[in-house]
Amino acid sequence: MLLDVKGLRKSYPGGDGPVPVLRGVDLSVRGGETLALTGESGSGKSTFLHLVAGLDRADAGSIWLDGEEVADLDDRGRARLRRGTVGIVFQQFNLIPSLDVAGNIAFQARLAGRDDPGRVADLAARLGLEDQMAKYPEDLSGGQQQRVAIARVLAARPKLVLADEPTGNLDEATAERVMEVMTALVAETGAALLVVTHSERLAAGLSRRVHLARGVVS
Amino acid sequence: MRRQIARALWSHWRRAPLLLFTLVAGLALATALWSGVQAINAEARASYDAAAATLGEGRFDQLVREGGIARADYVALRRAGWQVSPVIEGRLGGVRIVGLDPLTAPGGIGPVAMDESDLAAFLSGDGAVYGAQAALDALPPGPAERVLAPDVAPGTVLTDIAVAAGLLGRDPAVIDRLIVAEVQPRIVPPLDEVAPGLTRRTAQGGADIGRLTDSFHLNLTAFGLLAFAVGIFIVHGAIGLAFEERRPLVRTLRALGAPLSTVVWMMGLELLALALIAGALGLALGFALAGALLPDVAATLRGLYGAEVAGSLSLRPGWALAALGISVGGAALAGASALWRIARMPLLAAGRPRAWARGGARGLALQAVAGALLLAVAGGIVLVGGGLGAGFAALGALLVGGALLLPPLLDRALALGARTARGPVAGWLWADGRQQLPGLSLALMALLLAMAANVGVSTMVGSFRSTFTAFLDQRLFADLYVDAGDGDRGAALEAALAGRATVLPVLIVTGEVSGVPVEIQAARDVPAFAANWRFLSAGPDPWGALASGRGAFVSEQLARRAGLSLGEAVDLPGGALPVVAIHADYGNPAGQVILGEAAFRARFPEVSAERFGLLLDAPEAEIRAALADLGIDDSAITDQAALKAFSLGVFERTFSVTGALNVLTLAVAGFAMLMSLLTLAAMRLPQVAPVWASGLTRVQLGRMELARTALLAGFTALAALPLGLALAWMLLAVVNVAAFGWRLPMMLFPGDWARLFALALLAGALASAWPAWRLARTPPAQLLKVFANER
Repeated sequence: MLLDVKGLRKSYPGGDGPVPVLRGVDLSVRGGETLALTGESGSGKSTFLHLVAGLDRADAGSIWLDGEEVADLDDRGRARLRRGTVGIVFQQFNLIPSLDVAGNIAFQARLAGRDDPGRVADLAARLGLEDQMAKYPEDLSGGQQQRVAIARVLAARPKLVLADEPTGNLDEATAERVMEVMTALVAETGAALLVVTHSERLAAGLSRRVHLARGVVS
Repeated sequence: MRRQIARALWSHWRRAPLLLFTLVAGLALATALWSGVQAINAEARASYDAAAATLGEGRFDQLVREGGIARADYVALRRAGWQVSPVIEGRLGGVRIVGLDPLTAPGGIGPVAMDESDLAAFLSGDGAVYGAQAALDALPPGPAERVLAPDVAPGTVLTDIAVAAGLLGRDPAVIDRLIVAEVQPRIVPPLDEVAPGLTRRTAQGGADIGRLTDSFHLNLTAFGLLAFAVGIFIVHGAIGLAFEERRPLVRTLRALGAPLSTVVWMMGLELLALALIAGALGLALGFALAGALLPDVAATLRGLYGAEVAGSLSLRPGWALAALGISVGGAALAGASALWRIARMPLLAAGRPRAWARGGARGLALQAVAGALLLAVAGGIVLVGGGLGAGFAALGALLVGGALLLPPLLDRALALGARTARGPVAGWLWADGRQQLPGLSLALMALLLAMAANVGVSTMVGSFRSTFTAFLDQRLFADLYVDAGDGDRGAALEAALAGRATVLPVLIVTGEVSGVPVEIQAARDVPAFAANWRFLSAGPDPWGALASGRGAFVSEQLARRAGLSLGEAVDLPGGALPVVAIHADYGNPAGQVILGEAAFRARFPEVSAERFGLLLDAPEAEIRAALADLGIDDSAITDQAALKAFSLGVFERTFSVTGALNVLTLAVAGFAMLMSLLTLAAMRLPQVAPVWASGLTRVQLGRMELARTALLAGFTALAALPLGLALAWMLLAVVNVAAFGWRLPMMLFPGDWARLFALALLAGALASAWPAWRLARTPPAQLLKVFANER
């Protein structure tokens, strides 16, 4: 099992005391599996993703990722996990504004020690970015930026790709194209894909679907 | 409506208190440094003017004679119709005692408008002494009544001439000088007929000491201006950011019906209010700064120029108004472009803040062109222009040009670094530094100016120190210096020491050459002069020409002012002589002519030597004993080492204030960096969060924040070096020459540069320590907000 989550709980401080967001989530994902995590706004989808990626700490429960308990890792260990094991595609793209497209795509792979200029060029070509390599994020359209974000994650060859509403900022046609490319490329690498989405259409294209409601898997 | 607009505009500051603090603190610091320096200058000048008014030196001609004026001459002059008034003066317990004759002194001399009872007290019994509290306290105990008169020049007391003679233990029949009233009877017999041998010294038209100390005040003023400029960089940055952040608000206000003119007018009013608050704060800070520095300044001026300056500060209304004015002016200067942009913003322009912290390549290119043009202008002024005004214009163009060139240069350097970086983190560090550059450029420009000033001034001071030390070695080559007190005892000294010491008499008269005030001195024909003196330029065998009366030496400042060069004739009393050498005479505001002793005595037979340099051939104890036999005790003898140590001590103290201002300017620049980094910190999160998400820890990001700022500060320090050296060259070769008539050789001090480079890195690291620490401690939840779409 690549990812095994059990009894995951998380709450945030609120005006009238802690607001529970996750109330005991259990979820397992195998290598190569593609999974859609759906749910209403506020159901805790993004929080779940952030906990799995080691971006935040859970209040209770366990997250076993590639044989490691994420909760036991310190800041350094979590950083290592983000560099090598998981890759995250954000809705807001979150590219590094000071680096050009080529630098952005290669960045995480180089951090992980998996720099492969051939793969960067191949990904750029397949995502239609080969003419944009010297441009900076601010010079790209939303669709182009999202393709760079996907290329950045895939260039690092992570075992688990997490995508948080990856097409939420794109029009329908562009969103569809981007998802097609992403799922195809993830499938090639043999990585698992966990996509947080509102889109029924997008969810239908993945191998499994999990619904999160009021902080638990329903 | 106005109230609502004001409330909406003001609400921004509640949400951005740090920015408000930056703006007010920057303006207050700029005002404080500028007005503090101005307060010191104003206090010193007021002291000089008080001295000139008290002693009548500025307004009235004076009659003087070597060795004093006999009362009989005074009486003869008065009887002949000359309106003159006697003065006896001297020092007692460190206080200058000035004795006047209130019945004959011209009106306006002395600060005390005496009524009849004052006059009676002044004249009768043990008399009264008038002075400021500090001077009265310093007087040794005595019977004279002490009357507080704050307007009397610092370190001086006034009293009746007879009381002064009593206090000083002097013969009241020997007068030091006679004050000549401005209005004289139409027909009076010539001075030479009534009292031969008197010299009429014309009124200085201002405080003489004021001119002497000009170099010192010029130095302070330049620093004050520079510190103000550095502060204005902070303010410019803060105002720019504050106005840019409020663009969406302005757009909304206008969309809701607020007239643009009202909005702009109210923003201007808001800026004025902030400037007045900051000005008042700066005034208080400046007053405190001046109060702290003034005792040192007063000690320096006393030691270096003999100028008495009150050690305490008084609040002068003109100075306070000027400080508020400079604060408002500075805010207007810094805010004008931001207000103009708001005024020109179309209603439908994008509401989000323009990329304040971004600069386009075109903007950088334009900045580079403007900077290069200004440097060219500075060069052009140096080549073509002349005078002090041109020198300062060139300095201004050099500094502004250099500051404008910095961001484009840093951008190129960082781009090169990014291209050659190994590893993704290093690559990102360089690229991120480049992206931060527009937001930090104003602070870095401020740092550049502060560091360039530091390099420039330390080079100037170092050059001055080396030259001055060598100059002292050349000039102070005698073993002992003796003040014989009068010409008769001087003659006895020469006779007594014959065969036991080479005696070098100080024979000196003052006069004018080609309209330039000069000291004419004699040099005895001894080999020691030739062995020690170095010339700036000289013809063949200058010492031989001097000894034989075939030529004269002139000082550099006289040569420059009178347009004299080697071989040209210098017009002297008793006939012109060709210039056979030009020598340096640093620090002397008057020109200097050196004649051979025989030539001097032939031209000025009435002058006798009272002071002497001695080159000892016998043991010092024996010489001192011989001098004691003549009534010359140890207090009238100074040895060479003590004199050099004293001169160097005065020199070091002169620049201690400069050093303090140097450190303050650097501190202001460091503050500018800190404030820029803090205001940029909020914008940084979207830039660093993806890097964190990609697998770097927050601590690593914090360290990189430190490294990046140190990198930028290091590059800025490297850029400051050539700018500072150019500044030093201009100070030494252009401003100094225009202001004082002498040029110092420029020397380089790489050790100082290394220290300054380390200081720059430290300033950068210190300024970024807090922002870096905050970044390293940023809760993940805050970083996650960058990514979160929902929760």
